[in-house]
Amino acid sequence: MLKRIAIGIGGVLLVGLGLFSLYAWNSSIDPVTSSPNKAYSPEVIAQGKMLASAGYCSTCHTPPGGEEYAGNYEMHTEFGTIYSSNITPDVKTGIGSWSEEAFMRAMRTGVSRDGHHLLPAFPYEHFNKMTDQDINAIYAYIMTSIPAVEQAKKENGIPFPLNIRALQAGWKLLFADTDPFVENKDKSEQWNRGAYLAEGVTHCGACHTPRNALGGEKYDQMYQGAAIDGWIAPSLTSTSTSPIPWRAQDFYEYLTTGNSPYHGSAAGPMAPVMHKGLSALPNSDIEAISVYFATENGTDPSIDPSTSDNLKSAIAAQHEQADLRIDEGARLYATTCQACHYSSETIVKGRPLITLGSSTHLDKPTNLVNIMLDGVRSDQGLHGVVMPGFREALSDQDIASIAAYLRQAAGEESWPDLLEQVGEIRNQPRFAH
Amino acid sequence: MAKFILNGEPMSADVESDTPLLWVIRDELEMTGTKFGCGIGTCGACTVHVGGRATRSCITPVSSVEGAEITTIEGLAEKDDHPLQISWKKIQVPQCGYCQSGQIMQAAALLKDIPNPSDRDIDAVMGGNLCRCMTYIRIRDAIHEAANTIKERNDE
Repeated sequence: MLKRIAIGIGGVLLVGLGLFSLYAWNSSIDPVTSSPNKAYSPEVIAQGKMLASAGYCSTCHTPPGGEEYAGNYEMHTEFGTIYSSNITPDVKTGIGSWSEEAFMRAMRTGVSRDGHHLLPAFPYEHFNKMTDQDINAIYAYIMTSIPAVEQAKKENGIPFPLNIRALQAGWKLLFADTDPFVENKDKSEQWNRGAYLAEGVTHCGACHTPRNALGGEKYDQMYQGAAIDGWIAPSLTSTSTSPIPWRAQDFYEYLTTGNSPYHGSAAGPMAPVMHKGLSALPNSDIEAISVYFATENGTDPSIDPSTSDNLKSAIAAQHEQADLRIDEGARLYATTCQACHYSSETIVKGRPLITLGSSTHLDKPTNLVNIMLDGVRSDQGLHGVVMPGFREALSDQDIASIAAYLRQAAGEESWPDLLEQVGEIRNQPRFAH
Repeated sequence: MAKFILNGEPMSADVESDTPLLWVIRDELEMTGTKFGCGIGTCGACTVHVGGRATRSCITPVSSVEGAEITTIEGLAEKDDHPLQISWKKIQVPQCGYCQSGQIMQAAALLKDIPNPSDRDIDAVMGGNLCRCMTYIRIRDAIHEAANTIKERNDE
C-alpha cells in the first residue's frame, strides 16, 4: 500500500516536473546575420532613443566609466551579485544577432534569444506594458545608433540552486504581472498616459513597490515604498510619510529639476532616473506622470504648502534653538548643516529644511544617513549644486547625534538603535549611481 | 581629468577624482584666496560657491563638481567691490583675516537667499564659519551694512 502511494506521489511529481519543464522551456530564436534587418526611419530611431533614455537602460547596462550599454554593471541583490548583459549590437557578446522578434520576446517575457530565462533584475514585467511600436523603436535605436562593443558578460555570483534558470519560469508564473497595459476609461487621457509611462518604460514600481521574500513585486502594495540598492524608495501613495503632501506640481518640479523644495532632492538611485532618464521625455509626459502619481497619492490639488501648518511649524522649530552646550546633535547641526539648511520665513529652493524632508520622516534613517555620508554630486539633485559628504569628517556617533536631533525636531519618534544603524549604513556596499 | 567652470573660465586639472576641490583650487590652479582650516567641513574657511551655493571645498571631492560653476573669493566681484567687500573694509572686520574669504563667500550666499536678514538669520547661517579672533559682532554689522547697500542699489 505504502509503496503504491509512494509510486503515485513520485509519478505525480514526475509528470509535474515534465509539465513544468515544458512550460519553462523556450525555443531559441534564430540569429539574424545582417543587422539591422530593416531600414528604420529617423523618427522611429529618435523615438527609440527617447524611450531608451526614459527607461534609463544605460544606468544598469553601463558600468561606471565603461562603454555605453556594454553591460557588467554590478548589482548586489539579496540572492547574490548580478552583472548586467551587454546590449550593444555586438554579434558575439551583445544582442547583434537578435531579431526584432527576439528583442520583443525578451522585453515582454524575460527570455533571451537563445531561450534561457533572464533574471527579474531586468524589469521585463514593466516593459511588457509598452506597445509593440515603442519596443520596436528601442530596438531600432540600439541596433542603428549604439556602437557594438565586444565584452563578455561576467559570471553572476548567484549560488546553486537559485542559479537554475528554469526556476525563473516558476518565478514568472507566480510573481510577474504579464497583463498588457489597459487603459482606465474612468480616468483622463493625461492620467492614462502617465500610467502607461510609469508602469511601463520608466518602471517606477521596480524600486517603489515592495517585494516579497522571493523578489516579486507585491502588486497589492503598488508604489508603497521599498528598500533598494542601499536606499529607501519612498512611498508614492497616500501611505507617504511626507509632512507636506505631494501635488502634481511638486512631482513635476521634482522630476524636472531634481528637487522639490518641500520634500527633497533626487539622490542615490533616483538621480540617474531623473537626470539621465526622464529628462529625455517631453514636458507633457512628465506632467502626465505627475498627474498619475498625485492621483495615486490622493492629494487635494487646492492645498497650498506655503501656508500649511506643517511648514509653519517647521520654520518656527528652526528658530527654537536647543541648548548647544548640552545637545551634541543640535550643536553639530548648527555648525555643519545649518549654513545651507536654514530658511528664514519661507522655503528658498536650494535651502531645504531637513525637518520637512522625506528622508527624515521615513521609518528608517537610511536615506538621511546616506546623504550625510556621501553628499549630493553636481549631477544629482539640483543640477550643478553640490552637498559634500561627511563620510571622512563625521564619526558614526556624530552622524547619529545629528540624525537624532533632526528626527526629534521633526516631531517624529526616535529611530531605534540609531548608532548601530549608522554603522551598518556606512559599511553597506555602495552602488555606482 | 576634472573639468569645471572657475570664476567664469573653463578649467581642467589632472588630479585623482577624490582630490578635495580646495586642493585643486589652491595647489593646481594657484588661487590661494580660499583657505584651509579644519579639513572636515566644520569651520567654513574653505567656503566657495558651487552653482551659486556656499560649499565647503575642503571635503568636496573634485569629481562631485564635474561641470559645475564655481566661484571663489577672487571671482566674487570683478573689482573686489562686492557690497560685502566694501562693508568689510569700512567696518574693518578682519583681525588676522584668515577666515574672511570664507566668511564673505558664506555671507554673499546668505544675502542672495535672505536679502534682509535679521540677527537671528545671520547667526544661523554664519554659525558654521568660525573666527578665532572673535570678530563676530563686526561680521554681523558688515552683513547688515551690505544688505542695506544692496537694497539701496536695487531701489535706485
